[in-house]
Amino acid sequence: MTTTHREPPVGTPSPEAAPPDTPRSPAGRSFTILRTGPQALVQDLGRPGNAHLGVPPSGALDQPSLRLANRLAGNPEDAAGLEVLLGGLSLRANASCTVAVTGPSTPVRVNGLLRDSPCHLAPGDELIIGAPRHGLRCYLAVSGGIAVPPELGSRSTDVLSGIGPSPLRAGDEIPLGTPTGIPAGADVLPPVQVADELTVPIHLGPRDEWFDDPAGRLRDGRWTVSERSNRVGVRLQGTALERTAHHRGRELPSEGLVTGAVQVPADGQPVVFLADHPTTGGYPVIGVVPPAALPPLAQARPGTLLRFRPQG
Amino acid sequence: MRLRRCGTDAVLVEVDSIGEVEAVRAAVRAADLPEVVELVPAARTVLVTARPGGLAAVRRVLDSVDLTHRVDTPSQEITIPVVYDGPDLELVAGTAGITTDEVVRLHAEATYSVAFCGFAPGFAYLVGLPRELHQPRLDSPRTKVPAGSVGVAGEYTAAYPRSTPGGWRLIGRTDAPLFDPRRAAPALLAPGDRVRFEAAG
Repeated sequence: MTTTHREPPVGTPSPEAAPPDTPRSPAGRSFTILRTGPQALVQDLGRPGNAHLGVPPSGALDQPSLRLANRLAGNPEDAAGLEVLLGGLSLRANASCTVAVTGPSTPVRVNGLLRDSPCHLAPGDELIIGAPRHGLRCYLAVSGGIAVPPELGSRSTDVLSGIGPSPLRAGDEIPLGTPTGIPAGADVLPPVQVADELTVPIHLGPRDEWFDDPAGRLRDGRWTVSERSNRVGVRLQGTALERTAHHRGRELPSEGLVTGAVQVPADGQPVVFLADHPTTGGYPVIGVVPPAALPPLAQARPGTLLRFRPQG
Repeated sequence: MRLRRCGTDAVLVEVDSIGEVEAVRAAVRAADLPEVVELVPAARTVLVTARPGGLAAVRRVLDSVDLTHRVDTPSQEITIPVVYDGPDLELVAGTAGITTDEVVRLHAEATYSVAFCGFAPGFAYLVGLPRELHQPRLDSPRTKVPAGSVGVAGEYTAAYPRSTPGGWRLIGRTDAPLFDPRRAAPALLAPGDRVRFEAAG
């Protein structure tokens, strides 16, 4: 049997366990979580490269927004921040830091006053992220990044597998790393625009031949985003994608899934897989949504109208 | 071997047997392409995901794969201690028409290899199961299979890294550390690894 290597206790310097660029948390650099809304998670750019072990990629669903927040806070783009679903997060800074909130337009208050990003927090300052008027997910970056211990090279919470830190709760103390860069200066931040109706590009395959007229049905069908959507996938309700007579009742041996895969269960209602998707699945995948089209999907509220645009 | 398009950055390689899956996986792994992000074997497919623009290099490797040849890639040999007292041991013996002692002997004497992982982090599908132990899943899956359970289903045997629902016939249990995300190598078993079970306790 292989020997197991346990990481040393937190605070023990260990050059092997912590790469040089890993943020450390000097005493006192932390946030205290005072309240959360429906969900607040630590997210970075995830842990791709582990699917062969059954581990999903995870990571921020709206990566451009997390990257932007990190740049504004003076961090590398892959630093860990917070992914805040429908606002409702309040926290207290226990150290001087710079924060930036990105994503859909959202009121951000510090000690009760509306502030633009990036902004400075002094020890004791309280920050509240209100509910976005449109969209679902805001991203908060803090200078130095969130410094919870990484698992498989990432600090992201994977809601499917339970890897990474637990969802944030009131009373949690969240360690912050040491700032390494200079926060961006004054900026005009265009918020993420969230449309009431999405047209989503899709590349057919790998199992489009299981379906009747896949390009036509995808092009002409109409769906709405289901309230059962989450970080695993966006579930759609609407036009049923029906199998050909030859493929009805057949089973597919489980096969690898990519992020953006549009899987069609037996009821014909498609699911677009997001970052916390299972690594393999046994229902046929009719097509794949390209990476650039996924952030808008991750911001689509239940009820959003959706159509597909099959690509050549 | 059929290549199926899987979005802009991935290709799903479809083959006819678990042996061909291993040939494709091992060949791509041995090529050690920096463009490859994910290499995911499954029952009859290998998914290869590349960095943007990296698929051409992957296709060149795939074009040269010999499905009859198994490339040797670095793999571990792992022995997993098992207490053979599972709740379905009698059922497995009865289905095979042998004694429970013979079930234990067959399961522990065989040498297995990890065909692929999935279902949950660290859940490894092992092939090499003796024919007598190829058995269907339970008619009614358990809502909770305890972590460490060792079971059989179809041509596979596996150990459950954590408690999940499951329909495999359970013949034993292990306390081997199957998955721990805090470890440098979190999964005890990875595709290509060789595995033996050892009767313990």
